[in-house]
Amino acid sequence: MATSPRTGPGSPPLATLPLLGHGSADATVAYRGGTGISAAQFLADVAALEPLLGNSRHVLNACADRYRFSVGLAACITSGRVSLLPSTHTREVISQLKAFAQDAACLTDEHDCAIDLPRIRYPTERAPARVLPFEVPQIDAAQLVAYVFTSGSTGAPVPYRKSFGPLAACVHEAARRLGLAGDTWSIMATVPPQHMYGLESSVLMGLVTGHALCAERPFYPADIATALAAVPRPRALISTPVHLRALVSLGTLLPPLDLVVSATAPLAQQLALEVEQRFDTRVLEVYGSTETGQIATRRPTACAEWQLWPGVTLTPRDADTWAEGGHIEQPTRMCDVLELVGGDRFLLHGRQADLVNIAGKRSSLAYLNHQLNCIAGVLDGAFFHLDDGRGSQTGVARVAACVVAPQMDAARLGEALRERIDPVFLPRPLLFVARLPRNSTGKLPQEALMALAAAHLKSSVA
Amino acid sequence: MSENISPLRQPHAAGDSDLTGEVAGLIVAALNLEVAAAEIDADAPLYGEGLGLDSIDILEIALVVSKRYGVQLRADSQENQSIFASLRHLCGYIAAHRTR
Repeated sequence: MATSPRTGPGSPPLATLPLLGHGSADATVAYRGGTGISAAQFLADVAALEPLLGNSRHVLNACADRYRFSVGLAACITSGRVSLLPSTHTREVISQLKAFAQDAACLTDEHDCAIDLPRIRYPTERAPARVLPFEVPQIDAAQLVAYVFTSGSTGAPVPYRKSFGPLAACVHEAARRLGLAGDTWSIMATVPPQHMYGLESSVLMGLVTGHALCAERPFYPADIATALAAVPRPRALISTPVHLRALVSLGTLLPPLDLVVSATAPLAQQLALEVEQRFDTRVLEVYGSTETGQIATRRPTACAEWQLWPGVTLTPRDADTWAEGGHIEQPTRMCDVLELVGGDRFLLHGRQADLVNIAGKRSSLAYLNHQLNCIAGVLDGAFFHLDDGRGSQTGVARVAACVVAPQMDAARLGEALRERIDPVFLPRPLLFVARLPRNSTGKLPQEALMALAAAHLKSSVA
Repeated sequence: MSENISPLRQPHAAGDSDLTGEVAGLIVAALNLEVAAAEIDADAPLYGEGLGLDSIDILEIALVVSKRYGVQLRADSQENQSIFASLRHLCGYIAAHRTR
């Protein structure tokens, strides 16, 4: 690897790492519509975008096209800017981002971008490809390249630093685990590039480890099949249980697929087995979080245990498990119930009671309750898990809420909530009640809340 | 099936409101909505405002619609935006592309 140690008086040795793992100017960095884009073209696009970023040191990269997102990310890195990657773009979150970074601007490739920040349009003209020499920028391993955010329980998003060295180390290990060696892999992802999983497994996996990312983000099963067929083997599909269930349930025909990666929610062993058999492929599952990035993998059809990244340790403290070491930049309390089974192995026993994880978007009941109760007209309200999974084709379970808001109707309250929380967390159902069953200390026992909701649902059906 | 062609077997033209009601029912059942199928405004947007559906819902609907009517939905065209513009648009698309 091309690392060049740099030492200064009294400071620890620093390393630089190449932005791209591609060895030559004509190596393929990306595909769009099946057409390859070379490393030289990519670097030319990065150089052309840099001056357009203006005076902002913080850039919210909202590009939907994965190639443009990657050019934007790289242009920020090479110019010393920091990318802001919140998990959602609601008005509430954007206004909090402005408070966090007053110079923030939004890089977008959409005509009708509604994000309320100074706008930088991704250029429609392609930069002329640079001629020789082919020089890959070297990036300081300690350079801060992004802030990712989780929703704190008190309402303000909590920022987490992502530096280039730890990100690159994490992704190199992932590539090793997934067996992406030898040829240039075509990496097709159904997840957005802004999400930590997509950032690592599609964008950085393409750039840093020298494979080829695909600009598309196919959505419907038929789109996934078409997009895969347009790129050469070996092919990897970076996806989620939701999309995999859709592929299996429709009996979609896929071209030869060499690897399927799943994350964001636990993948049922039966579904993993069906995917492997139907598409004659290998399914690997990745475990991680926004704060830590990816920290473990397993092959669900072979083993229930997860294997940690080298250097990463899990430590039980009270009722929680903390992850630290390796590429993790700050010790992190994990939101799942993890059981250590020795060495670098653990079992995953589901989420903590307060955690809400819907299709890879994470929140907490505390955060959602806070937002609900901030709305003028809401006297009291509480979200809860309603895991009955009635009739869902995709296997996604939603959250429900009971609310006391005698002056409001469902439409107005829904509108107010949509300003504050991501649509996947909108309560379904939203039940209007006369009061919540709080006990004498003001606490709200989950059982009492569930009983109230059950009674309410029964009466509305009857 | 090979029964004689009868006037009833012209769903594309004759069954407009029948199809709308049927698809509304499928959506309500698939998404667990707290609204009666008949209450869905056929011209209100399905995505974002209106019914307030998100992309997982759209995928749920796509699966149900594919299974029931043999319609394959794709996102690669401008058409996709308009398909989910409203229940009426969705039903129009189904009527034009259904294979069962």
